[in-house]
Amino acid sequence: MSLIIEAVGKRFITKHKKTHTLEQINLEFKKGEFVCLLGPSGCGKSTLLNIIAGLEKASEGKVLLNGKEVKSAGPDRAVMFQESALFPWLRVIDNVEFGMKMAGVSREERREKALKYLKMVHLTKFQNSFVHELSGGMKQRVALARALTLDSEVLLMDEPFAALDSQTKNILQLELQRIWWETKKTIVFVTHNVEEAVILADRVIVMSANPGRVKKEFKIQLARPRQADSLDLTYVVADIMKALKKEVEKVAKAEYDSDWNIEKDTVLRDADHSVGIGI
Amino acid sequence: MLIIVWELVYKIGVEVLGIWKPYTFPSPFSVIQTLIGLIADNTLGIAIIASLKRIIVGYLISLIIGVVIGLTIVRFKYLDENFSALILGLQTLPSICWLPFAILWYGLNESAIIFVIAVGSTFAISIAIESGIKNVNPLYVRAAKTMGANGLKIYWNVIIPASLPSVVSGMKQGWSFAWRALMAGEMLSATKGLGQVLMVGRDLADISQVMAVMVVIIVLGLVVDKLVFGRAEISIRHRWGLDRT
Ligand SMILES: Nc1ncnc2c1ncn2[C@@H]1O[C@H](COP(=O)(O)OP(=O)(O)OP(=O)(O)O)[C@@H](O)[C@H]1O
Ligand SMILES: [Mg+2]
Repeated sequence: MSLIIEAVGKRFITKHKKTHTLEQINLEFKKGEFVCLLGPSGCGKSTLLNIIAGLEKASEGKVLLNGKEVKSAGPDRAVMFQESALFPWLRVIDNVEFGMKMAGVSREERREKALKYLKMVHLTKFQNSFVHELSGGMKQRVALARALTLDSEVLLMDEPFAALDSQTKNILQLELQRIWWETKKTIVFVTHNVEEAVILADRVIVMSANPGRVKKEFKIQLARPRQADSLDLTYVVADIMKALKKEVEKVAKAEYDSDWNIEKDTVLRDADHSVGIGI
Repeated sequence: MLIIVWELVYKIGVEVLGIWKPYTFPSPFSVIQTLIGLIADNTLGIAIIASLKRIIVGYLISLIIGVVIGLTIVRFKYLDENFSALILGLQTLPSICWLPFAILWYGLNESAIIFVIAVGSTFAISIAIESGIKNVNPLYVRAAKTMGANGLKIYWNVIIPASLPSVVSGMKQGWSFAWRALMAGEMLSATKGLGQVLMVGRDLADISQVMAVMVVIIVLGLVVDKLVFGRAEISIRHRWGLDRT
C-alpha cells in the first residue's frame, strides 16, 4: 500500500469570494501508519481529507493510491465523518451492511461480517435498533463498524469524535487504537485537538492556514495504548501546542477584527482537561 | 356524540325555533334511513365502486406523471428555473377549472373526469418529489459514494429512501386533491358515482340523500387518508425518529 499526496492545491471560487485553501501539499503515508492532521479551524484539513477521499477535486496536483491517481470516491478509502452519516431509514445492522450490499456480497456473508464488526465495537445488542435510538457515541461506533466492513487499506476520519463528551471520547480513542492495531489499516485522522492527535498518532502533521500548508511534522514515539493523563504525553502536547499557537493566532488575526489578541502562554484548557486550542 | 349534537341542533333549529324548514336540514334519523335505503337497493355500492375506480385510475396516472415531472425537473436545472413557478401556479388552480378543457378534448365521459382527477394531484406529487429529492442531506450521498455506490445505486439505495417522508406527504396531499376533483367532476358531469347520487338527491329535493352521500364521502376520504397514507406516514416517521417531540 502506498498513499502519496503530490503537490496538491485547492482554490474555491464562489460568487462572493475566492479562497486559496490548500497550497503545495506533499505527503506520503506508509502502510499501517496512523497519521493525524492537526491545524487551526479553516486551514483546510477537511478539504484535504475530502480530496484524498475523492469527494472533492484538487485544483492542482494529485493523490496516488498504490500508484493510481484518485479520481473519485470509492470503497478502497473508507471515510468517517464528524456526523455519523448513518442512514435513518435503515436499521443498525443494515447500515453496517450497506457497503457490502453495494459490492454485491451475498446476504449471509454480509450478515456474518456485519456482526463481526458490530461485535468489534460492542454493539451487537443494538443490531435491530434504528439510528435515532442510539447515542452520539454509539452512532460513531456503528459508523466505524460500517467503515471497517469495506476492508479498505485506508481509513479517513474527519473529526469523528469532536461532538462527543470527553469520557466517551476517551473510550473511543482507546478502542480505535486497539482496532487499528488489529486491522493494521493506514489511518488519516483529522482533528484540531492536540491531545487527541498525540494519543492516536504515529505522526502528527501540523498545518498552517491561509493558504493551508504543511507546517511541521512530529513523530510520536510513546508506548501504546496511550492514555490522556500520562505525563510524557503532556510534554509532547505542550511541544506541539507551541508550534500551533502561532498558527491559531495568525488565523485569528486574519479572521477576527484587528484588535484581537491572545496572550502569551494561554494554552487553552477546557474544564475537562482536554487540551484544545480554543476554536 | 356527533349524532347527538346534530339531533340537538336539528330539534332546536327546525322544531323549536323554526329557522330551517325540515326539507332544508335533515335529521340524523332520516339520513340514516336514507343511507340504509341506498345501501339496500345497491345504489350506494355501485356509486362507490364507480367512484373508486375513477379515482384509482386517475390517481395512478397522476402518480406516474407526477414522478416523471418531478424527476425531470430535478435532473435538468434549466427546467427547474423555468418550470417550478409554473407548476406551483398550476397547483393552486382548482382542478375542476380544467373540466371545460377536458370535455372539449374527451367529450362528456369517463376520460374527462379521470383527466380532471389526474390534473388535480399531479402537480402536488411532482412538487413533493422535487423538493423531497432536493432536500436529501448531501452527507448521505457522500457517505454512500465512499462505500462504492454510484449512479442508479445511489438513486435506489439513498435518494429514494431519503426523500420518502416528504414524498409520502406529497402523495397524501395529492390524494386529497384527487378526491375533491373527483367529487366536483362527478357532480357536474357523471352518470354514476357518489357525486352523481348526491346531485340526484339535490334534483329530487331530497336533502337526506344529499347529506347521506356527504357522510359517505367524508368517511371514505378519512378511511383512505388515515389507513393508507396515515399508516405509511406514521411508520416512516417512527423509523426515522421524527415522531419524537
Ligand atoms: N465548498 C466550499 N466552497 C467555498 N469555500 C470552501 C468550501 N469548502 C471549504 N471552503 C473554505 O476552505 C477553507 C478550509 O475549509 P475546511 O473545511 O477544509 O477547514 P478545516 O480545516 O476542516 O476546519 P475545521 O477544523 O473548522 O473543520 C475555509 O476557509 C472554507 O471557507
Ligand atoms: Mg473540518
